[in-house]
Formats: sequence, C-alpha cells, structure tokens
Amino acid sequence: MRIEVKDLTKRFEHTLVLDRINLEIPQKEFLGLLGPSGSGKTTLLRIIAGLEFADAGVVEADGRDVSTLGFEERKFGFVFQQYALFNHMTVFENVAFGMKVRPRGARPDKQAIADRVKELLELVQLGEFEDRFPAQLSGGQRQRVALARTLTIDPQVLLLDEPFGALDAKVRVELRRSLREIHDATGLTTIFVTHDQEEALDLADRVAIMNHGIIEQIGTPNEIYESPKTPFIFDFLGRTNSFDCVIEHGKARLGDKELVVEAGIPDGRGVAFVRPHDIVLSPPDDPEPTQDAKLPGTAMVRFISARGQRAVAELLYERRLIEAETTRESLKQLGFSIGDKCTVSLRLPRIYARREAEKQTGIPERAAARPLLRKRLRSRLSATPY
Amino acid sequence: MTGGAIAIRQRSIIPGFGLSLGVMLSYLGLIVIIPLCVLLLKASDAGWAKIWMELSSLRTLAAFRVSFGIAFLAAAFNAVFGFIVAWVLVRYEFLGRRLIDAMIDLPFALPTAVAGISLTQIYAENGWLGAALATGGIKVAFTPLGILVALAFVGLPFVVRTVQPVLQDFDRETEEAGALLGASRWNIVRRVVFPPLVPAVMTGFTLAFARGIGEYGSVIFIAGNMPGYSEIVPLLIVIKLEQFDYPGATVIASLMLVASFVLLLAINLLQAWTRRQQGG
Amino acid sequence: MVDHASSTLTASLQGSARRPLPLTESAGTRTALIAIALGFLLLSLLLPLIVVFAEALRLGFGSYWAAIGEPEALAAVRLTMLTALTVVPLNAIFGVAAAWAITKFQFAGKNLLITLVDLPFSVSPVIGGMVFVLLFGLQGVFGPWLAAHDIKIIFAIPGVIIATLFVTLPFVARELIPLMQKQGTEYEEAALMLGANGWQTLFRVTLPNIKWGLLYGLLLCNGRAIGEFGAVAVVSGHIVGLTTTMPLYIEVLYNDFNFAAAFAVASLLTLIAFATLILRAILEWRADWQLARSRLH
Repeated sequence: MRIEVKDLTKRFEHTLVLDRINLEIPQKEFLGLLGPSGSGKTTLLRIIAGLEFADAGVVEADGRDVSTLGFEERKFGFVFQQYALFNHMTVFENVAFGMKVRPRGARPDKQAIADRVKELLELVQLGEFEDRFPAQLSGGQRQRVALARTLTIDPQVLLLDEPFGALDAKVRVELRRSLREIHDATGLTTIFVTHDQEEALDLADRVAIMNHGIIEQIGTPNEIYESPKTPFIFDFLGRTNSFDCVIEHGKARLGDKELVVEAGIPDGRGVAFVRPHDIVLSPPDDPEPTQDAKLPGTAMVRFISARGQRAVAELLYERRLIEAETTRESLKQLGFSIGDKCTVSLRLPRIYARREAEKQTGIPERAAARPLLRKRLRSRLSATPY
Repeated sequence: MTGGAIAIRQRSIIPGFGLSLGVMLSYLGLIVIIPLCVLLLKASDAGWAKIWMELSSLRTLAAFRVSFGIAFLAAAFNAVFGFIVAWVLVRYEFLGRRLIDAMIDLPFALPTAVAGISLTQIYAENGWLGAALATGGIKVAFTPLGILVALAFVGLPFVVRTVQPVLQDFDRETEEAGALLGASRWNIVRRVVFPPLVPAVMTGFTLAFARGIGEYGSVIFIAGNMPGYSEIVPLLIVIKLEQFDYPGATVIASLMLVASFVLLLAINLLQAWTRRQQGG
Repeated sequence: MVDHASSTLTASLQGSARRPLPLTESAGTRTALIAIALGFLLLSLLLPLIVVFAEALRLGFGSYWAAIGEPEALAAVRLTMLTALTVVPLNAIFGVAAAWAITKFQFAGKNLLITLVDLPFSVSPVIGGMVFVLLFGLQGVFGPWLAAHDIKIIFAIPGVIIATLFVTLPFVARELIPLMQKQGTEYEEAALMLGANGWQTLFRVTLPNIKWGLLYGLLLCNGRAIGEFGAVAVVSGHIVGLTTTMPLYIEVLYNDFNFAAAFAVASLLTLIAFATLILRAILEWRADWQLARSRLH
C-alpha cells in the first residue's frame, strides 16, 4: 500500500505540532521518522494510523482518503511504544484477538485461528510462549508479541511507535535485525518513529528527519548522514565540532583551503561543522599539505580517553575545545600524550550560515563558554588567600 | 472553529462519548442536579423574613454551634491520634499489625445506626464505661461529650488513611541525612519528617471535619438531642421536615451547605498556602 | 578558630563511632507509642464491636434467634437486600459510564462533572433524603400529581431506594475514575486498531483491566447501601414491616427500649461489615494498585 500525506497540519492548544507535512511513502518502503521529542513525529504516525485527527490536510492510501475507509479496507497495524498487551490474556489470546473480534460472518473458526497464531508466533520466534502472560515476559518478548498480534489482521501498513525505546542495547540490536527480516519477508510498507539516530540510519530505507513540526530532510541514511541540509540535522545525527569561517562570493576560507559553499547559503559569517572522526591529527611540524583543510597553528592535547576500539581526544585550539575521535591504533601511532601539540586538519567539513546554525543548535556558543568559565574561576580563586 | 481556539472536545477514535456522557448526565441530572436545584429553589422561595427568622433563632444557632464546634474538636482529636496510629502502623512491626490495619476502616464499613446504639450502651450512665466515668462525675451520653465521642469514632479512619501513604513513601534518606548532621531523634522527627506530612494531616482533618458536620445516625442515639444543648443541625432539619416546615428545613440545609463549603474552601486555601511555604 | 572546628569534627566523628545514628525512636518511645495507639484503637474500635455482640446475646441465644426471626425483622432484611440489589447494579453502570466519559475523552468541564459526582458524598445524608421529600413529598413539587395518580414514593419503598441511590452514587465512579485515568487509552486504542468495536473493547479489554477496582467499588457501594441511615430515615416514615430497612428497624427497636433485639439485628449488620472488611483486604492484596489507600471513602 502506498501512503501519501498532503499538507497535514495539527495544532494543540496554541502550538503548531505539524506544519503542512507532505510525504510520499511508496509501497514496501521501510521509512524512519527521526527527530527529538516534540518534533511531531509520533503525532504524525498516530494521524496516519487514524488514532488522532489532523486539523487540515489529508492522508491517502493508494490514492484514497483514509478517513473515508472502513476498518476492513484500511487495516493499519500499530505497535505501541509500551506495547499495550492485554495483561489479563495469554500470549495466544493476545495474538488471536484481532481474529476473534471479527464480525460473525468474517470470523475464522477455532482451528484456523489457532493455526494462524502458531504461525505468527513462530515468525517472531516465540512459539513456546503461547500460554504465558505478558507479565511473565521480558521487554523484548513483549515487543515481539505486540508485533505478532498486529500481524494477525493482515495489515497493509505497519506502524511502530518507538519500537525499541524501552529495551536494553543488546536486545535492541537483535530486534532490529528481526524487524528488518520480517519486513523483507512480508513486503509490508513500514513506518517507524524513533529519536535514536543510530537505529533510524541502520534500519530504514529512507529517513525523514523532523523538527518543530516540519520535515527538515528526507533521504536515504547515507544521503542524510553525508549531506545534512541544515545545521540541526548535522548536530542531531552526531557529535559536532564547529569552526568559524567567512563566506565570500560563494566560497569559504577554512584553514589552508578555499571550499565551495552549497548554493543557497548567503555570504557573510559562516560556520563549518566537522564530525569528531573527521578531525585529522598530525605531528606539529608536518609541512605536508593534504586534501584536508589544515588549520593554522597548533592545538594542545588536553585529554585522551581510549574507550574500547575508539579513542577520543580533547584538544584545545584557540581557546576552543575540539573533540577528535580515531582508532586506538592510530592514536598510538601518533604517539600523543597530554600536553603535546599537534596540527589539526578538517576532513569533509560542512558549511552553514552562522546565523542559521546558532538558531538551530546553539553550538558556537557552547564551545566558547567552557574555557571562559575556567578563566573566571581561576581569577576568583587567586583573589582569596588560602 | 477559528485557528488557535481551544476545542471544546478533541476528536478521538474511541467510541461511546455520546452514550457514556449521555448516561452520566441523565443519571446525574435526575438524581443529583434536579433534587439539589429544588432545594435551592425552595430555600430562596422562603422569603427573607423567614430566612432571617430561622437564622437568628437561638435553637438554630445553638445547633450550628454544636455541629460545627464538636465536629472541629473531634477532627482535631482524630488528627492527633490518627497520626500516631498511622505512624505506628507504618513504622513499627508488631503482632497483629496487618489485622489492625484492616480494622481501621471499621467506622467506614459499620452502619452508623449500629455505631450509634453501641456507643450509647458504652457511655450511658449505666453503661460499660459510663458507669465508671459517672462515679468520677463525668457524664458522656446525652451531653455534647457524647457527640464528640461519636464523631471521633466516625472520623477515625480519615487521618490515618491520608497520612499512611505519604509516610510509606517517605524518603528515609532525608532522615539519615539529618542523623548524620547530628540531630537528635526528636529534632529529626519534628523538623524533617513531620513538615511534609502536615498537608496530609490537614486533608484528613478536613475530611473528618466535613463528615462530622453532616453525621446523623451515630450521633442521635448518644446525643440526647436537647435543643440548645445537644442538638445537631441534621436533626434540626429532620424535625423541621416532620413538622412540614419545608421552608425552615431548606433554609437551614442551605445554610449548612454554604457554611460547609466556605469552611472547606478556607481549609483548602490554608493547605495550599502551607504547601507553598514548604516549596511544594 | 581552625582548632575549635577540627576538634568538634573529631569529637562528632568519634561520637558516631560509639553511638548508633538515631534512625528510629528509642525502644521506650516505640513501646509507648504502640501502647497508646493500640489502647486508643482498642477503646474506639474493639469495644463497640464487643458490646454489639454482648448486648445481642444478653438475654441468651433463644432470645437472639427469636428477635431475628420476627416477621418485621425479616421484612427489614428483605427491604435492605432489595435496596442493595437495586442500587448497586444501577450505580455500577453509572460508574462505568461516567469513568469512560471522563477518562477516555478530552473535553472542557470535566472538573465540574467530577465535583457533581462527588456531591452526594460530601453532603449530609439527611440532605440526601430531604431533597427527595421536597420533590415527591405531599407538599413537594410533584406531591399533588403523585397523590392524584395514587403513586407513593415518600413513605414507601421507592423513596427508600431513590434516597439510597443518591447517597451511594459516587462509590463505583470514585474508584474507577483514577484507575482508568492511570491506565490511559492505549489498550482501547490497541483493541480498536485490531478491529474491535466499542462494545467488544469495553467487555474484552476495559472491564477485565479494571476488574479489581470495579469489585472494590461494588463492595463499598454495597456496604453503604446496606448501612445507610440518615437519608432513608427522612424518606421512609418508619413504617415498620414496610419501609424500615435494617438500620431503621434497629432505631425503632432501640427507641422502644427493646435493646437486646436491636443489638441482635445490629449484630447481623456488624457481621456484614466484617465480611466487607475482609473482602476489601483481599481485594487490596490481590490487586497491584494502591489507589484504594490514596483516597478516602
């Protein structure tokens, strides 16, 4: 089933929760709605599901307005964040519910129901748990029961509200895999909501990033990660280092390079966002120019933390802190320790207008604040005799 | 609806709004709203002269003094002992604690008439305790003291049940912090544990007070019901009704409702003020 | 200055090594408080209970059975049972409808509605009876009309039932509203998304979810319906054998100085009160929810 959202708007009290959302989801797509809380993603999902109603706009399924469709024609499967399993029923009864409440004529007989339940429980790998009650199940198991339950109605679209939100990291990864397998096996158009960018980028065919009721960008995980259109998206998807630059005639000077800036970004003050793992460190007197933008001067290593495979280094550069990330081996090879100086180069920086970046993320302020605080504290301490 | 206006009702997928609200409103209308409106109508029907006559009658004033005054004292009494009982039930372990905890609700479950005659048998001059008290010169039954005893019985569970959950959820760590800072046990209880419990005690007090004002069955047997001395307002209303003095009865009933409402409002405001003082 | 500070610190540290922290009252205080509490409860709760049974049996078992077996006593029992059996199911339906309306939907005016539901609970029972006298009594609003059609409500059984309906109205609703509020609408939404209609959702999902709260509410409603005195006293006219419920019958017996018989009937009500308390305790123990304790009845 193909879903189209046209100019969907929703207000709650005096806030605009959804602002003229337009979205096209082709059949069989696995779409992720990603965003911080309050972005409207859950509301959008619930409106598509029919659990809530928009103030304006329409949701269409295969070209037909869903609000005109009855349950039989529409059949959207919805999995709730807290699963909403019926606690007084066994797993079997929960999964069978959708079939048992069909009107007399359309209801399958007992054997057919039992067969289908068993089939679905096998699909989610809970075949032995038929007679258990939800209270006796782990979070991951409950999640799978909720999924099986919703599949009994033969939905044409599957909608999941933060499906892995309440689970441990390890369970989450396993379930992600299962969900992807089920999607590929059933070919159901699937939309899920999450605030976890790793999950969205890992699972979805396409990701729509939402913020303050609008879709900021929609594209494949790679597109979004490598070419984030707005500073908000860049910052939301991972840790960010920012560097000031000036944009003139569509070009920005950053370190020893002049970079072409994307169309649409005005001249004036700009800022370059760089991921920690795109911060390249080299020995201080390395004269070799590379394809990366090398920053003038040197930075001092203030802090090193080798966490497992990754190593994170905190550098002080021109009174600002830079977070760099690299593999443990690379760091060992460079041989840096705290207090050493090094050269910083920026790989794959993304340039935005400074004004826009400040409005959306507050990043330039943050980085500058910390050394200042330390300076103030030091001056205060030096005033008191001790 | 214009943009930005707050909807009277949010649309919802859940069915049955019309039916459930309809049933609710019809039922309420028939059994609560219409009857109470009739009460207020009849009261206003009475005319100012009659209203003034009732309100200024010594008998009426005495009844209000008795009902409100003794309900207040009984609620205060229950606040003190109810607090102790709640403390003991939550904080200490002893034989039969569970059983006693369940029994606290007895005054709720026991019909008021049963309580009434039982208490009278106990405190009458030849009664189980009354006899002993009489030798000491204390008369309980057929005096305001009897009313106090009855209202204390009826209001007993209120403070206990409002304080218990708060005390149960109390964060023991604040007590430990107080102890580590060197406070004595009495100081810890007085300054750390007790203040957050005050709103609960006050709520319980208010509920007991409100209950005591309107109590009828458990009081009329032990009170003696002498006008001007041990007559409560509900009984006065009943007497007026039996005399077919409907206007008089409605005036007094309305006054009772208004007075209760004002008092409860005052206590609620006091509670809110207390809570704000504690930064809650 | 510094020396004084450090010596106090040392002293208190040393002190805490010798003495335990005052995390609870001294044994003496504890014993005293328990004694006070138990003594108070003994006097105020246990004694009246003992008195009921002692007085009921004062003239012996034979007299006890005779008192209970009197036709008027049996009539009182029948009337009480009739009242309870009528009032409890009606208020249960009201309670479920009211809780559904209030907790499953968003609309303005909810607080007002909840206040109205609580109203019978916060007014004196005498007023509860009085309003119906004003409506249906001989000099009431409908008095003449009822007399003309020879329909008796006041001083007849219908009056008793309506007055009891008034005072017991809030009990089920008061239990269900917070409970259903806490459960939210997700289960119902899930059922609807799976294709259930409204009634299927109510009976298969909502009611099982609230079953303990509902039972508890029914229990409280029943207890109050059986024991109601003030409201019924006003509307019944005390017609023994016809409009006296058990509590009213007790009053009649007592005022006639027929103490043993009065306590005999009272003992029956006391046993029912016991059963209610036991069932309450069982329900509270079985159910996970603590709402029963956090509100008052």
